[in-house]
Amino acid sequence: MSIFVNSDTRLLVQGITGREGQFHTRQCADYGTRVVAGVTPGKGGLDMDGIPIFNGVQEAAEETRANCSMIFVPPPFAADAIMESVDAGIELIVAITEGIPVLDMMRVKQMLNRSGSRLIGPNCPGIITPGQTKIGIMPAQIHKPGGPIGVVSRSGTLTYEVVFQLTGQGIGQTTCIGIGGDPVNGTNFIDCLSAFENDPETKGIVMVGEIGGNAEEDAAEFIRSNVSKPVVGFIAGITAPPGRRMGHAGAIISGGSGTAHAKIEALKKAGVHVCENLGHMGEMCAEIFPS
Amino acid sequence: MKIHEFQAKTIFRKYQVPTPKGGLALDSETAQQIASDIGHFPVVVKAQIHAGGRGKGGGVRLAHSMDEVFQHTNAIIGMNLVTHQTGPEGKTVKQVLVEEGVDINKELYLSLIPDRETACILVIASEAGGMDIEEVAATTPEKIIKVHINPLTGIQPFHCRKVSFGLNLPSAVIKEFSQMLTRLYQLFIENDCSLVEINPLVITAENRVLALDAKMDFDDNALFRHKDLMDFRDLDEEDPLDVEASKFNLNYINLDGTVGNMVNGAGLAMAVMDTIKLAGAEPANFLDVGGGATTEMVENGFKIILSDDKVKAVLINIFGGILRCDVLAKGVVEAARNTQITVPLVVRMEGTNVEEGRRILAESGLELFTAKDMKSAGEIVAKIVAS
Repeated sequence: MSIFVNSDTRLLVQGITGREGQFHTRQCADYGTRVVAGVTPGKGGLDMDGIPIFNGVQEAAEETRANCSMIFVPPPFAADAIMESVDAGIELIVAITEGIPVLDMMRVKQMLNRSGSRLIGPNCPGIITPGQTKIGIMPAQIHKPGGPIGVVSRSGTLTYEVVFQLTGQGIGQTTCIGIGGDPVNGTNFIDCLSAFENDPETKGIVMVGEIGGNAEEDAAEFIRSNVSKPVVGFIAGITAPPGRRMGHAGAIISGGSGTAHAKIEALKKAGVHVCENLGHMGEMCAEIFPS
Repeated sequence: MKIHEFQAKTIFRKYQVPTPKGGLALDSETAQQIASDIGHFPVVVKAQIHAGGRGKGGGVRLAHSMDEVFQHTNAIIGMNLVTHQTGPEGKTVKQVLVEEGVDINKELYLSLIPDRETACILVIASEAGGMDIEEVAATTPEKIIKVHINPLTGIQPFHCRKVSFGLNLPSAVIKEFSQMLTRLYQLFIENDCSLVEINPLVITAENRVLALDAKMDFDDNALFRHKDLMDFRDLDEEDPLDVEASKFNLNYINLDGTVGNMVNGAGLAMAVMDTIKLAGAEPANFLDVGGGATTEMVENGFKIILSDDKVKAVLINIFGGILRCDVLAKGVVEAARNTQITVPLVVRMEGTNVEEGRRILAESGLELFTAKDMKSAGEIVAKIVAS
């Protein structure tokens, strides 16, 4: 089992003909992901490695029964690309693009709230169910298929580090999701925690957060009353100065809120095993999660 | 991106949001000229720096005569202004805003921000104007009014009524206030603001609404569609190393410690800073060279880190995913040679082609320490700077 994506997921790629789009589409296809369509306006009728290209998402979805979209469209046009997929009724939209203006994302979010689509990202590495399907830019080889651990994180390479340490301890993953480092995003911690809780093959969860906003505090509140599986947490940014944007648009301590300490406290209170030093993550998981 | 008060007021006037009469001066002569154009006393001389809390630090002074305009301007320009937002080192003032004094009936607080949780524009208002709003929120939260505006509908008259009645505005003021709030909302949306704050917004003795102060921040991600706003950027207000790094598209923030560090990815970069701290040392910077760092970016990152004299050792932590470790190792070796690195270098890398990468580093002849994981990387570098 897994959450949100599996070997049946039929992927279309928006921005398939761009440099990044091409490269990562091939990486995903090599991993075994069923890439059924690409979308680049003006290039409909062509193909890439035999994958048919369409001018629009609606048409692509109708022709190929694609139910998931991965977006590599540059920031000025990315919100439009997400909305096109929502409009076409795509079930799962994974937006990799970094640098989308906040106001654009607010409009996207309002549209999403009134739709049946789920968005992962933007500004994220994507989602992978090891051994089945990879929809994103994460390095495939660090993952270990078969579970039993679900991973959810706001960061890209930080997730790779955590997954690498898990695999190093012989601990496999059910699904790993990067929800993205932007202030306004689609799927949040709670959505993922709830899905992992309901997935029978997931026996434990690793949650990786960082400074800024209060998504981790909300997640802690949710865990306390709704999650029965063991959760290991990590929060990056104990040393981050207030008022500065730490790379990710959403990673900023403002007006004394969003600090790492507050998040760590909230997680501890909810019974989460908080890992203070990232270097110990693998060992700690090996101790806490049932083998 | 932050801008100065006088720049924000220029934008306010473009949207017909009322501001006091006044102008910008870089010397006392110009300040006196502006005061004479205003035509009546008192006038206010206000230091123009990006940080708030200027009044408490002596950066805002009332002048009742031309002599006082002269004195205050000379006292403020060139002063090192320390406020709770500048840090203890303060900020040198280079310019002042000279404005007419106003007969104040009531001081209010008003701000607009994007609310990440609800994906709405949030209007925050309070009758406790002129005070530190975070303190008001903490001590008397009932004095804070919050109104959410859905960006799909935009601002409606009922939003304005909610704020107006919440503020107990006199009925004579409500119409003008609502007009002003509507324009502020337009200004916020059309310029991709991440903050518009007026503290205080005043009701004058003549029942006019006036923005006595103005603070604006913009969404850096949206600046590509506001080329005109880039003219407002003041490099003097930014850390010189931060400015240099931004030229190379590097995500760099200068900090106070002694351990320079270079990491790919923002989250991992923060975690590495934390690891340095946990090992007993202090990070000298935050530097994210990006998930797809190139040899050139690594080299530029190196130069920036090394131009900070506080740096006693450098830690490189790269998680090679799409970027292969052998490519990165070559980049590190090249950069280390070209920049003539003078401090110890600790490298930890992991991921694709890691053996090849380690071999390249080992055979480079460079004096560097290789760490096998994050934990030992932190410990090694902390030991070096402690010795």
